Amino acid sequence: MTVGAWEAFWLIVRREMRLSFRRPEQLLQPLVFFLIVTTLFPLGLSLQLSLLRDIAPGVLWVAALLSALLSLDFLFKSDADDGTLEQLALSGHGLTVIVAAKTLAHWLVTGLALVLVSPIVGTALGIPVDAFATMLVSLALGTLTLSWLGAIGAGLTIGLRRGNVLLSLIVLPLAMPLLIFGAGATDRAVSGTNAAGALYLLAALCVFTCTLAPFAAAAALRITLE
Amino acid sequence: MWTWFYKLASPPYVYGVAAALMPWFLGLAVLTIGYGLIAGLGFAPPDYQQGDAFRIIYVHVPSAWMSEFIYTTMALAGGIALIWRIKVGHAVAAASAPIGASLTLLALVTGSMWGKPMWGTYWAWDPRLTSELILLFLYVGVMSLRSAFEDPARGDRAAALLAVVGAVNVPIIHYSVVWWNSLHQGATVAKLGKPSIAGSMLWPLLSMFVGFMLFYGAVLCLRLQGEVLNRERQSAWVREAIKS
Repeated sequence: MTVGAWEAFWLIVRREMRLSFRRPEQLLQPLVFFLIVTTLFPLGLSLQLSLLRDIAPGVLWVAALLSALLSLDFLFKSDADDGTLEQLALSGHGLTVIVAAKTLAHWLVTGLALVLVSPIVGTALGIPVDAFATMLVSLALGTLTLSWLGAIGAGLTIGLRRGNVLLSLIVLPLAMPLLIFGAGATDRAVSGTNAAGALYLLAALCVFTCTLAPFAAAAALRITLE
Repeated sequence: MWTWFYKLASPPYVYGVAAALMPWFLGLAVLTIGYGLIAGLGFAPPDYQQGDAFRIIYVHVPSAWMSEFIYTTMALAGGIALIWRIKVGHAVAAASAPIGASLTLLALVTGSMWGKPMWGTYWAWDPRLTSELILLFLYVGVMSLRSAFEDPARGDRAAALLAVVGAVNVPIIHYSVVWWNSLHQGATVAKLGKPSIAGSMLWPLLSMFVGFMLFYGAVLCLRLQGEVLNRERQSAWVREAIKS
């Protein structure tokens, strides 16, 4: 049986999605983590909504990055543990296609879910409804970019015993531009100024990683799987 | 004409070259850094605004330049090693990383020491300081990834890939942090033709820069010998090299 690269791509995406929905706790944990971290800030700082609104974009974005990072751990892990990843690598389809499919599916179930939950968190932190559109777009672009960057990091740390901390150490410095532009765009939207510039830069980063990161992540897997 | 290039892939040859070059680099580094320090700290006039505190640039600026230069070298060596499977490239990258990380730390420490009298604070979230800090994190990431693998060959290749990915990201990180309002003074030396720094201040600085390059060369040669010996410890030439 032979399937084209495109067909293989969608088959893997569907397989990943189905597996994720069969393990709903894995989907919920990063979201709950996101909610808990954003709850910590008001508790630790102040209950004044005016102060919260000033720091809300930063808090929201830091929490989103950390939570997305947490979920990266199971991007390749279970498939690497039971040998599925090796089978996929041997399937004759380019590793790049496989990595891209897995990462996209991973973003659909974690990143996109995070984006959908963010209005709740945004409301709790005092972000005005007018700024929600910018917040949602920036988070969608940012989490997708982080998923690509994270795929490289996750590929490099497969099979390491304490890979989780190392994964954060590797990926977070690379993700700092995302935080700057993402929180910047949200901040501008909250204060009512034009956020288009930061959003364009985020979109540029997203396109950049979408096109190059699959190759880097596939190279990473080739190093760690062999 | 390419034979010299091929020779560079051979560990015994590289070991010999590194051993031969090391004293030259070290001697010249002592001379240039010596001149830079004496002329910079002793004879250059104090800055009309910053007084004597500006003299810290004689250490700060070269180490900041070197931190980026060494990262680039490490990524290039890693890339060469990945593409052409030249193991010596990994040895160069592994030998460079701690030197680069130390110089990055030195740039950060001297920068904050300069910041206290000038800005009134040891640390400001200024773009250049921040991107230097992120560069330090990148170094730490590459070094930890290399040591995390039990199989050193795999660790080498993983670290090389991360260094290349990081090198692609360094300009992005740099320009993203430049977005903030900068406290840091603009570039004074890089403006070719008419630098906005007096010659009596500039020459010691350039001498320090050359000296830091040579110092990097010397330490790299020293560390590279160690790396090559450690990596090739199973082979016969190492046993002979150690005996002699």
